[in-house]
Amino acid sequence: MSVLPPDIDSASFAAFLEELRGAVGADWVWSGDADMFPYRDSFSPVWNTAEERHASAAVAPEDVEQVSAVVKIARKHRVPLYPISTGKNFGYGGPSPNVNGSVVLDLKRMNRVIEVNTDRNYCLVEPGVSYFDLQRAVDATGNKVMLDCPDPGWGSPIGNSLERGVGYTMPHFRDHFGAHCGMEVVLPDGEIMRTGMGALPGSETWQEYPYGFGPDPAGLFAQGNFGVVTKMGFRLMPMPEYYRTGLITVPRRRDFIKLVNHVNFLSDSGLIGEVEYGSPLSALMGNPDFFVLATKTGGPSDAEMDAAASAAGLPSFQVELQFFGPQKATLENWNYAKDRILSDIPGAAAVDGDHFTLPASEDQLNNTTQPWQTSIKRRRSLGVPSLGAWKIVRDDGHVGFFPVLPRTGEAVFEVQRVLGDAMKEFPTLPPFFNALTMPLFWHTHTFQMVFAPSIKHDDPQHNAITHASMKKCVAVAAEHGWGDYRAAPIYQDDVSNTYSFNNHILRRFHEQLKDAIDPDGIIAPGRGGIWPRRFRA
Amino acid sequence: MKYLALAVLAGTLAFGVARAQDNARTGPTAPELQEGKAIYAHWCAPCHAAVPSLAGTSSLAIKYQGTDIPAALEDRTDLSAPVIGVFVRNGVAWMPPFRPTEISDGQLAALSAYLTAPLEDRGAHAELLAEEMVRKAAEARAQAGGDQ
Repeated sequence: MSVLPPDIDSASFAAFLEELRGAVGADWVWSGDADMFPYRDSFSPVWNTAEERHASAAVAPEDVEQVSAVVKIARKHRVPLYPISTGKNFGYGGPSPNVNGSVVLDLKRMNRVIEVNTDRNYCLVEPGVSYFDLQRAVDATGNKVMLDCPDPGWGSPIGNSLERGVGYTMPHFRDHFGAHCGMEVVLPDGEIMRTGMGALPGSETWQEYPYGFGPDPAGLFAQGNFGVVTKMGFRLMPMPEYYRTGLITVPRRRDFIKLVNHVNFLSDSGLIGEVEYGSPLSALMGNPDFFVLATKTGGPSDAEMDAAASAAGLPSFQVELQFFGPQKATLENWNYAKDRILSDIPGAAAVDGDHFTLPASEDQLNNTTQPWQTSIKRRRSLGVPSLGAWKIVRDDGHVGFFPVLPRTGEAVFEVQRVLGDAMKEFPTLPPFFNALTMPLFWHTHTFQMVFAPSIKHDDPQHNAITHASMKKCVAVAAEHGWGDYRAAPIYQDDVSNTYSFNNHILRRFHEQLKDAIDPDGIIAPGRGGIWPRRFRA
Repeated sequence: MKYLALAVLAGTLAFGVARAQDNARTGPTAPELQEGKAIYAHWCAPCHAAVPSLAGTSSLAIKYQGTDIPAALEDRTDLSAPVIGVFVRNGVAWMPPFRPTEISDGQLAALSAYLTAPLEDRGAHAELLAEEMVRKAAEARAQAGGDQ
């Protein structure tokens, strides 16, 4: 489906493409259906419908000067650009733009790892660098630092952090945007800006102090459309000496509330890495009576769930803990965690898990020796990029809704009930929210839960259910104060609308900024729900 | 099926990654196939290596169950350059298409040459990133005189 950029005819579009070829070379500009197919969102729930967003062309500069040149050409022709780093933002729109006819600014060729510093523990990379690439650069240093990577390792540290993606090691590294330090940005007029200490000529601390002096605009470039990020620094964790795991189980449903508070304490004190909450009662979901109980409207009572757990001889909940640090410290921290939780929750039990020196061996990465059925994906827990988790994808892909929730057991129970009831409108979906649905402790200080219905390229009815359920889930969650953290372009306006304090002042503020620096919408108009004047009219 | 989907979403499945022991290949790779092998190692092996639990390999194991077609792409002898090109540029199911900025047309030709060469010319299986990482860490320890 060939499309043109907004407000431009095919002759002007051809002239625009010719100027792009002059800037980056004829081999690095594409248009037409066949060449643009890989720029479609292959996980789209509106695949092959009128709602699908299509780019008109793609251009791939090889350095920041070419990015600047492309932006200036786009500004002259008033053509919206949609920057992608590696375009692997699957479940959140992939490489597809907000506005039909946008030109994808594909930064994959900018794939240089500029520095990995293992004395001061940081790196500086370009957008086309993947976690695989960065790990190989780290390997060359003798593995003196540990990455914190998302599930699929083919994505970009810059792209992932600008989407506020997450990883699975220690708390302050899991928030990838939070772990960034310094960025270079091409602004909508083509000017090249550096944030923080990068603004001070001669500074050698760009990756060590993120703020510099005065306001720090770095946050505008995450999930925003105020510029094209062409370099970014990240803090790295020194490779810990030792890794240790432990399991805590609690017998009754209400014990979960205390368990969460203890884990919050351990995490905020810097004693543990990412945790995996779970329920051993999941093993009963194949039993039809238990399935009905766990998914019943209004939620089951504590007594009903405790009776089922007692009858099965299973604890109600568990948490898998992971410790990083000197060997003796990991042991002391695990002993402390056990004492703290077991002395406070009657019937709680602890199991010692795998522990070993880092970096891990291949057998240790394979995670086959835990004395319990583990939910820990060892590679991602140890920052080793892979595509192992790709196996969870069902059908032809999925879309994701991950509401941000209070870090309490009570909130988890409320989400289970409220969203479980709301999603009963869509009986063909798996029961994402039920009495056993567990929180994800990915971002440093908050919980999220997952709603990720699948899509099928050849089944528009299936996709329509997914699409409608996503919109309903966003709306119902927001009514309860639970907001999405990241969304595909087709949902960004819905999500943005829920952040409505004081008559949407946050969005109106962003619009004022956008109007001031990019009124024609050269950079990703609509991204983050921010539309410039030209497109609001 | 609901339970299965739920279990997967809850992340209760362990994704152990262990090389299939019965199809390990050894030997050098022909010099003219080195580039294609590197492309395969970078872009294809993370999902399609001869490791049964990987997403691509496990899917193809199901697809070709009951046939003598191996699940790992690196062991296939029935592929052709046009077929490889179609899958790389169009994807299939949840495998996304790959753009020329990721795998250029020249690199696609080299990849196709590797995956269609006689098995004896391909040499040992490409190394996975984790294997490479573990090997390099061990080499670094050995060089530093530490334990193995």
